Order: sequence, then C-alpha cells, then structure tokens
Amino acid sequence: MKRLSMTTSLTRKDPNTMCGNDLKLFVRRRAANRAGSAIFDRMQVIISVSNLSKSYASGFEALSNVTLDIRRGEIFALLGPNGAGKTTLISTICGLVRPSTGRVTVGGHDIITDFRAARALIGLVPQELTTDSFESVWATVSFSRGLFGKPPDPAHIEKVLKSLSLWDKRKSRIMTLSGGMKRRVLIAKALSHEPRILFLDEPTAGVDVELRQDMWALVRDLRETGVTIILTTHYIEEAEEMADRIGVISKGRLILVEDKVELMRKLGKKQLALHLDQRLEQIPAALAHYGLVLSDDGHELIYTYDAKKEHAGILALLRGLDEAGIAFRDLNTSQSSLEDIFVSLVKEEQ
Amino acid sequence: MNFHAIRAIYGFEMARTRRTLLQSIISPVISTSLYFVVFGAAIGSRIPEIDGVSYGAFIVPGLIMLSLLTQSTSNASFAIFFPRFAGTIYELLSAPISYAEIVVSYVGAAATKSIIVGLIILATATLFVPLQIAHPLWMLLFLVLTAVTFSLIGFIIGIWADNFEKLQLVPLLIVTPLAFLGGSFYSIDMLPPVWQTVTLFNPVVYLISGFRWSFFGIADVSVALSLGMTLLFLFIALAIVAWIFKTGYRLKT
Repeated sequence: MKRLSMTTSLTRKDPNTMCGNDLKLFVRRRAANRAGSAIFDRMQVIISVSNLSKSYASGFEALSNVTLDIRRGEIFALLGPNGAGKTTLISTICGLVRPSTGRVTVGGHDIITDFRAARALIGLVPQELTTDSFESVWATVSFSRGLFGKPPDPAHIEKVLKSLSLWDKRKSRIMTLSGGMKRRVLIAKALSHEPRILFLDEPTAGVDVELRQDMWALVRDLRETGVTIILTTHYIEEAEEMADRIGVISKGRLILVEDKVELMRKLGKKQLALHLDQRLEQIPAALAHYGLVLSDDGHELIYTYDAKKEHAGILALLRGLDEAGIAFRDLNTSQSSLEDIFVSLVKEEQ
Repeated sequence: MNFHAIRAIYGFEMARTRRTLLQSIISPVISTSLYFVVFGAAIGSRIPEIDGVSYGAFIVPGLIMLSLLTQSTSNASFAIFFPRFAGTIYELLSAPISYAEIVVSYVGAAATKSIIVGLIILATATLFVPLQIAHPLWMLLFLVLTAVTFSLIGFIIGIWADNFEKLQLVPLLIVTPLAFLGGSFYSIDMLPPVWQTVTLFNPVVYLISGFRWSFFGIADVSVALSLGMTLLFLFIALAIVAWIFKTGYRLKT
C-alpha cells in the first residue's frame, strides 16, 4: 500500500512538495479530470433504462426488470423472438406504453417528468405501416416536424426526401405509394425533426433487397452524423451486419447485452475441418481428449473449439496429428453465426 | 408550450376540411336550407308567430344549434378516431406535446369548422327570412361555448369508440334526438305541462334557449341558467377529457 503511494508520488508530483503555481495547476487539472470523466460518462450514455418492468392487468409481464444503457452514437440491435418484448421496450422509451416500475432517461431527461425534452430527441419508425392515406408525402413529413416542435424548414424536408428517394413522390398521396415507399415515408417522418436518436422497429420486415440495402446505407450515413440508432430485428444477419452492440431479449428479460465482436468471440464456437489424405479407421487414443469427430467416410476430422483458446488448441492438435502420422490435404475453419448464438441463448432461457 | 405542434395539428385538420369541402361545409348548409324551405316557408306560413317572432325566423337559432351540435361532435370524434383506427396515433403519443395541447389543437380545429358552418347557415338564413340579432356578442359567446363543448364531447366519443358503428351511434342516437327535442322547432310552452318538465332534463334545451334569446330576446329558461348550464357541460366534458388522459384510457396501455 505504502509502496504504491510512493510510486504514484514519484510519477506524479506530490502536492505537498509543490510550489503555489504548481499546486493550483494540479488542483485545477485534477478537478477538470474528475469533472471531465463524469461528463464523459454522462455523455457516453444517451438512453438509460433502469429496472424497467411492464405488467398488464391480465398479469402478463411484458418487460421484467430491464436495465440497459445505450451509448451515444452507437448502433444497438435488439434481438428476440416474436412477443419477447422488443416493441414494448421501444414503446416505453418513446412514451407509447406506461412503465409499471423503473425509470428511463433520454439524454439525461426523465421520460415522464421531462417528456418534452426526452421525446424531442427521438425519432420512431414503427413496425406497422401506419401512415395517413389522403395526405401528400410532403404534407405528412412537414406535419411530423411541426409535431416535434420544430419550426418549418423546407430545405431540411427536401434533404430528407431526397436521401430516401422520395423527392419525386413528394406530391403523391400516400395511399398511392407501394409498401416499400410507405416504409420510406415513415422513416422520413421520423427524421423530419432532426432526431439524435432513431428507433427502427423491424425496419426491414417484408422489405425487398434493394430497399433493405438502401436502409442499411442510410443507417450508416446517419451514424456518421452522430445519430444513435436502436433497431429491433428478426434478421440476425442484419444485426451482424449493422450493429455495434447487441441485446438479446426473451420473455421480457434482457438476457444479454454485449459488444457484437465480443459476443461472437465469447460465444462463437469455431470448427476446424481437416480433410485427410487417407481414410482413418479410428481416432488415435493420444488425440482422444480433443473431442474430435470423425466423418462416416473417415476422410474428415472435425474439431470444435472455443474461439478464445484457438491458438493453443489448434497448434497442439496439429502437432498431435503430425506425431500420429495423420496427414491432411486441406483445412477450413468456420465460426458460428449470430443466429446460432441467438438460438442457443433463447433455448437456454426456455 | 409546443406551438409548432398545435399549429401542425390544427393546420392538418383544417386541410382535411378543405379537402372534404363538400362533405364538411356544403352538405350541412344544403340540408339546413331544406329545413328552411320546408319548415320555414312551406309549413311555417301556416304557423302563427311565437312571442312576436315569425316561425321561419324562430327556427333559425335552433337550426344553427342543431348543425353546431352534430358538426362539432362528428368533426372532433372523427378527427381523433381516425388516427387511432389507422394507427398513426403512435406519432402523436410519442411527440413532445402535452395532453392539453392535443386537446386544444383537435378541439380547436373541430370547433372552428362547426362555427364556420354555423355562420354560413346564419348567412343563408337571412336569404329566407328577415332576421335581426338582439345581442350579437352573446350570440357569438353561445356559439363558441357550444361548439367547444360539443367538440370536447366528440373528442371523448372518438376515444371511446372502437369501431365506426360506435362512432356514429352517439351522434345519431343521442345528440340528434336531444337537439330535435330540445326546442329547435318549437317553444317549450307549446308542450303539455308534463313534457315541459321532462324537457328540462334535456341539456340541449338550455343551449337553444340561450342562443335564441341572443337573437330575439325571448327565452324558455333564464339566460343566466342557460349560460350556467352551458358552462357546466363544458366543465363536465373537460373533466372527462382530463380523466382520459390521466388514465391513458384507450390510448396507452
């Protein structure tokens, strides 16, 4: 303990031995550092959900003690089977569902006591294609901007419509548009008031490939401008493609929140397939502890291993094979997809 | 105060009126004109004056009230029912707008529309019958209070109704009969004594009586009572709306 404090006083300046100016500077810096890190922490988190539960009169618990921080500027994917509580969670944050217990803040503003400031930051694209019918695209998007408390800004609306390839349709009645175009209109409405946070509830459900790719590109562009994006999806490849972090929700419980890469690394099982030169009758006893699986035709050996230990395991195995005189002509490795991880997680939960 | 939102909703609703001009303005004017022709000119010529007012003129305030009540309720109920029905209400509920602002915007737009209809009918009436307005400011006050009150009632119906049938039910089965039986076409004095008492339980009687007084200076019940009852309905409607938003009734789970 003593030694530790000595080393720190050697590397830093000991306040006791400082002269007046030094000391002032030190105090100021330390205060600035402390304030800085507190502000930094606060700034990092844009949505804070703590102990959020939602139960209905029927007794059904849609959300159960959910605690989650969304970081500023990230793309967060919320995965879960149908009825898991994804939409309920989003709806609660956006003010459509009343929480039973717990607290949510958006940009530091409580969603109930300070709902104006909180909601002004949010753009919501709902799952269903709920649009007006008789209004023009331009009118409905301008309406949304006003609704969220922003003065009219035709230049911004024009920019949004152009970015969503809706400019040519601006005078069309919404009812005359295709489903994909209506989806774009909903996104334009959500972006009309320049939100800092965008919720996309199943954005690509029932959407063709072109629109899906457009949507992904749009989400990336938005992230470039510092918008935080929270999306729910069934499509694992969407989360895998887009997200920085992933949350898995099942039966109202948030069972996991993890950095995507980390999640893949942690939970992703890797498989090494070795295509053998010659048919192998059985696995040598010396290699038994690897848990190898030999294919029926005896020409392929499959080694399933934990991605975290990959180096030691593979090298030792290859050496072992060499010593046992087993030669192979090809090898390939594969990593389990997010889908496999997701399925196994949800199964575990059930 | 989110003025931009109020302006957006109000503007949206008024744009809807412009789009459906035939249905929202012209059709009530035509149907009321028919009443003038049938009751005022054809039948009215055979009915003696009531308290010194010709029958054709006597029914003008009642006819305006009839339109005001039905227009206010149907405008406001449809305005809030349709977003619920279409699902677009999600946007309203997730916007940084208070309940009071939502009510002001929708009820304001519905009341504006029905006041415009009322004034057009009044203007049309002058083509059929000679008309004088004894207390124009009181006339406007009753017009506005009634339009706002019944737009609030319409708003409540629009939130309560979970299908189109219910949406039509209250205006058709309650508002219209009450307006017809509330003295639109007759003075309460013309009824048998028992029915005169029964009629006093009809809230619309007070609205029509007060409104008619502002035209001709004659009334079935005292003006103070009319005004008091009108304000009472307004506050009851406001209280119900406040309850709806407090509990999230039919809006939020």
